[in-house]
Amino acid sequence: MVHLTLFEKLWNAHVVADLGEGAALLYIDRIFLHERTGSIALKGLVEKKRVIRHPESVFCTIDHIVDTLPGRTDDTLVEGGKAFIQTTRASARAAGITFYDIGDARQGIVHVISPEQAIVLPGLTLVCPDSHTCTQGAFGALAWGVGSTEVEHAMSTNTLRVKKPKTMGVSFNGTLMAGVTAKDMILHLIAAYTAAGASGYAVEFYGDAVADLTMEARMTLCNMAVEFGAFTGIIAPDDKVIDYIKGRPYAPKGENWQRALEYWQNLKSDKKALFDKKITIEASAIKPMITWGTNPGQAIAIDGQVPFPAQIRDDHQRAAAEKALAYMDIAPGTYLTELTIGGAFIGSCTNSRLPDLRKAGKILKGRKVAKGVRAICVPGSSQIKRQAEAEGLDKIFIEAGFEWRESGCSMCFYAGGESFGFEERVVTSTNRNFESRQGPRTRSHLASPETVAVSAIMGRIASLSDLNEEVGNGTL
Amino acid sequence: MEPFSTIKAVAIPLMQINVDTDCIIPSREMGKVSKTGLGEGLFAGWRYKGTSGREINSEFILNDAKYKQAQILLSGSNFGCGSSREHAVWAMVEYGFKVIIAPSFGSIFYNNCIGNGLLPIILAEKDVISLADWIVEDPQKNRLTINLEKQTVSGPEVMAYYFELAEQHKNMLQKGYDVIDLTLLRQDEIAAFENQDMKNRLWAKLI
Ligand code: SF4
Repeated sequence: MVHLTLFEKLWNAHVVADLGEGAALLYIDRIFLHERTGSIALKGLVEKKRVIRHPESVFCTIDHIVDTLPGRTDDTLVEGGKAFIQTTRASARAAGITFYDIGDARQGIVHVISPEQAIVLPGLTLVCPDSHTCTQGAFGALAWGVGSTEVEHAMSTNTLRVKKPKTMGVSFNGTLMAGVTAKDMILHLIAAYTAAGASGYAVEFYGDAVADLTMEARMTLCNMAVEFGAFTGIIAPDDKVIDYIKGRPYAPKGENWQRALEYWQNLKSDKKALFDKKITIEASAIKPMITWGTNPGQAIAIDGQVPFPAQIRDDHQRAAAEKALAYMDIAPGTYLTELTIGGAFIGSCTNSRLPDLRKAGKILKGRKVAKGVRAICVPGSSQIKRQAEAEGLDKIFIEAGFEWRESGCSMCFYAGGESFGFEERVVTSTNRNFESRQGPRTRSHLASPETVAVSAIMGRIASLSDLNEEVGNGTL
Repeated sequence: MEPFSTIKAVAIPLMQINVDTDCIIPSREMGKVSKTGLGEGLFAGWRYKGTSGREINSEFILNDAKYKQAQILLSGSNFGCGSSREHAVWAMVEYGFKVIIAPSFGSIFYNNCIGNGLLPIILAEKDVISLADWIVEDPQKNRLTINLEKQTVSGPEVMAYYFELAEQHKNMLQKGYDVIDLTLLRQDEIAAFENQDMKNRLWAKLI
């Protein structure tokens, strides 16, 4: 008997044709688009006079360029952005695909709303011209980011030519310490094994600490698989997945639900399956993490010192560290908690779901954002925004001094519209700290929403324990 | 797509690791619903001074006259990591690059290259470094020859390095095929898969 990993099972179930040398023509079940890159793909199809093979398998949202300011319209602060929105709307309608427009109650960031609608399901393949599509691997689906040409390929044929990646198993054993989150797990992993550590691999996450995570936290973990260089990240579906999906709009119904449950039973790596590479991490050793540099692998425990580049042996890593520290305006050996900040951002497909907002809200309640800090919260979907408001979270954020926005990608990335300002230091719950990612020469520090909330209050990079010390025991 | 065979050209060593697609083309440079008009935005954050202007930053290697008319880029590992934006590849092609040589690539970027006739070559890090060292001695003279048929990188005084490339990718680059047209020839196989799949995974269908 052959022992297969989850990845291999998903792969095998979708092979339309073997293309030799480990490549295959893979069947694609679902395709998701957004106005930034989807508009170009839809236009490309029309130009080549190609038809969409199964329009019912294609979905599209408006999230990347649209404003997140209250009362928004097609007008956006992004120069030329209106054309992206309007082209996408017109093309989506003409193509007969499902479209979540501005103002639609289901609108939101693509990787947040796909699970909300149960468009992603265990055992499916799903692609989107967006690198964080791997977020949806949390459901036991093979979901990955592709380019515009590839998504045109997927829409015209419901297939893609894919070279089979190698498999990597990453096990988080044991239990996380209190106050440590999925964001800290993934930053810890990338810091230990570099941003290219999983280059060429599909990564499966497992172990007790992964099983303990909520679905929302599992999405955070898988979201940053691409920052680890991985083809995608996946987690085997369990009861949490089934409970999450059940009854949602695109969840299988009736007999099909039973059929699905049966099929999903088998979606796990066989006990004796072999990964090409395995990594084991003790969950209890993970501390709250934050990045100091310009790639997500340049991260340390929040109470730690940034490295002295002179001590880094590898030439490339040393050069990269020197360049990053210069860009970030941080001296070697600095404690990050000494750095004052000008911006705080809670949002993005990494960390803007309801439990994230609740945890940040708990910290912000009855407190105020420090003077000189611009703090913004952007819920991941319109649905999350409504739920949060029903719980009164919006008031907590606003009273603390946060802006409370409509859903979208917002200041996760800079497209020429809003930003925190030139060379501003920002603590952010997003996934990329690349140069100028959040605006011209902004200095982004990636961390969990909890760390963002605490830092916003303290006006400097700070962790939960700093706050507890400041206000005395027992408040949090 | 233009077929690729052999080129001999000036090469630029941009020897950094993790050159991400936000660096290759910043988001602000992708202002139109279009695959063209992007060459000017290539490496904009490094190529120009300030953040949105066009004042040349003479310190950036692309602006160095020594590397005039380069068509080959050498870089460190994980080149093209980050965002899936195909604009990064479109910008490189429009600027005039035909080949990128690095120890490893971001996987979405790699596929985007193949789809657009840009040849991504993976060589061992030490080989990329020794090529770079040789090129900087005299970039206009020390040109690299890339032979796709033989899958080699060579120069007048350097030995030929062999590189791996999937047969289907080689084929597509050599013939300049449009990959979607190729797959559309396989409609029967796709339909056969779908018929069988209706039995195996009826629950997965949206009909
Ligand atoms: S929230 Fe940020 S990372 Fe996520 S899809 Fe939007 S731009 Fe990309």
